[in-house]
Amino acid sequence: MIQGAVIKQDRLRSKLAFAVGIIFGIGLVAGEQGYVGDIWRLYSEDITYLVVQHVKLVGISSGLAILVGIPAGILLSRDWMQRYSEAILQVFNIGTTVPTLAILALSITLLGIGFTPAVFGLWVATLLPIVRNVYQGLREVPAHLKEAATGMGMRPLHILRAVELPNALYVMFAGIRTAVAINVGTAPLAFLIGGSGLGELIFTGIDLNDMQMLLAGAIPTALLAMLADYLLGRAQYWLIPRGVNPLR
Amino acid sequence: MIKLEKLSKVFETPGGGSVIAADQVSMEVPEGEICVLLGPSGCGKTTTLKMINGLIPKTSGSIWVAGRDTDTVDPVELRRSIGYVIQQIGLFPNMTIEDNICVVPDLLGWDRKKARRRAGELLELVNLDPAIFLKRYPKELSGGQQQRVGVIRALAADPPVLLMDEPFGAIDPINRGVIQDEFLKMQKELRKTIAFVSHDIDEAIKMGDRIAIFKDGHLVQYDSPDDLLARPRNDFIASFLGSDRTLKRLSLLKVSDVMLGDQVRVTAQDDVARARDMMQEAGHRNIVMVGPRGRARGFLHLNDIRDVTGRVEEHFQALPTTVNVDDDLRTAVSRMFRHDTTWLACVDDDGFFKGFVTQRAISHALGATYRDAAQPAEAFAEAL
Ligand SMILES: Nc1ncnc2c1ncn2[C@@H]1O[C@H](COP(=O)(O)OP(=O)(O)OP(=O)(O)O)[C@@H](O)[C@H]1O
Ligand SMILES: [Mg+2]
Repeated sequence: MIQGAVIKQDRLRSKLAFAVGIIFGIGLVAGEQGYVGDIWRLYSEDITYLVVQHVKLVGISSGLAILVGIPAGILLSRDWMQRYSEAILQVFNIGTTVPTLAILALSITLLGIGFTPAVFGLWVATLLPIVRNVYQGLREVPAHLKEAATGMGMRPLHILRAVELPNALYVMFAGIRTAVAINVGTAPLAFLIGGSGLGELIFTGIDLNDMQMLLAGAIPTALLAMLADYLLGRAQYWLIPRGVNPLR
Repeated sequence: MIKLEKLSKVFETPGGGSVIAADQVSMEVPEGEICVLLGPSGCGKTTTLKMINGLIPKTSGSIWVAGRDTDTVDPVELRRSIGYVIQQIGLFPNMTIEDNICVVPDLLGWDRKKARRRAGELLELVNLDPAIFLKRYPKELSGGQQQRVGVIRALAADPPVLLMDEPFGAIDPINRGVIQDEFLKMQKELRKTIAFVSHDIDEAIKMGDRIAIFKDGHLVQYDSPDDLLARPRNDFIASFLGSDRTLKRLSLLKVSDVMLGDQVRVTAQDDVARARDMMQEAGHRNIVMVGPRGRARGFLHLNDIRDVTGRVEEHFQALPTTVNVDDDLRTAVSRMFRHDTTWLACVDDDGFFKGFVTQRAISHALGATYRDAAQPAEAFAEAL
């Protein structure tokens, strides 16, 4: 039932993102001569440069988060880790309640100002939901499947690869999708600690009270967020095999 | 062959206490037989079963499977040589039916093509069309179909020994009956050595060559279904089997076991006088009329033909019903009651007359095993 609701929500989200995207697209094209067109003429160079920076920030930080989060989640989900994993996840949960801006600020104290602390801050913010979902997805694989696998003579690593991971994939993917959404949404804040990205236009626009500059940062940020979510949604649909994919 | 010797399991509970789930269980399942482990919930059936393939480590005692002491075998290798069916079916949702069936053959490193071909053959064995089902995922099958796949998956690598934990538990009674019949038919040819957990007495009687009844971790009685029903060792067993246990024996006996001679018969062209003589000679009050090739066609009742003449075909009545020689006595008795008759003509699959069965013969057969063991006084009382 809960899963059904989540699926519905997912579909709604994809559709909504798609619709908003189209509206913006129309705005961009139709407004060539209008307001949006003006912004583009004024800031196209900045936008192109900063979008690349932004994508770098998001890509590197969430890529690293996935790379670390999945093994960490797997490790925490092992039976012999159960004694510690609840406590560790509790710490993680507290971690997620810390505002991302605060995480970014804290990473300055560790790494100073610039690209690296920005990536680090985003990585931390993205890591938590990924680890949690990988852990949860693996723990939710029914015990009787693992028992059947053991009873038929599979070894633990094989069970992980052939039974546990495939059956947890949907929940894991949902976590990655949420995490990336958080990441893309938070990335503009990276500017505040010298991490570049579209935040540069947004925050400078706010400071100078320049609406056009602000939008030059905000619109691409929104479009990037929707694009990322759309692509991950598609990937979730196609990459997860039919037998364990409630969407198909 | 499966042999358990003084097998015990003690679970330590978190509170510091302990539960004895199996207490010095000793038993042997001969090659090619089905042994049903039966008993109330929590008596240790699953625990005993899972100790055989090492899913639950035993506390003490020893286990032999197919002639090998399991302590001397690598548990992973052991499990690959034992078919295992769990109650929750346990098909892997991420794999197609084909891949599910091929799990153990793949683990054993069989040729992929050979394994897939076998998957198709096995599906046919349980009446599922390979063309339709091989490429499906478990969620695209009904409960009954999944259960069938669960069973053939355990058979895929052709293991000599099978462990089944309430394999037909999660299914409606009608489908369960069908699957049980299918399975028994397969077992007739495969002759696997099977330990089969159930908590359903009727299933145990139907499936088991032997039944082991457990209580609180003890093996209380281990006998053939017939002996068990005829001679329950104590009150626990008797009450567990139910007050209708004698009637349950009906389903263990076949019509052919109690059927009487097929020589007492007439044809349509015979004279009624001959029919009368035959009945009087045999002490019967009914006689079956057969067709030219021996199919049961009708019958004559002695009272109806006492004073008549002519041929049998002028006087016979239609048979209200017949019973197949391979049917069990439960079916026979239920037909007798339904048609309010004390005897039935028995036929084979093609309708040929093979003999007849009477209520007296049935109650005699049910009483037989009791009389073997009963006191002489009781036997006398029954004879009165
Ligand atoms: N892991 C465990 N830890 C502690 N006690 C256990 C454990 N597993 C089983 N038991 C106990 O051992 C006893 C036997 O359990 P078992 O599962 O073998 O019963 P069963 O005969 O299969 O019952 P059912 O018909 O309900 O499946 C029960 O009292 C149960 O509570
Ligand atoms: Mg059980």
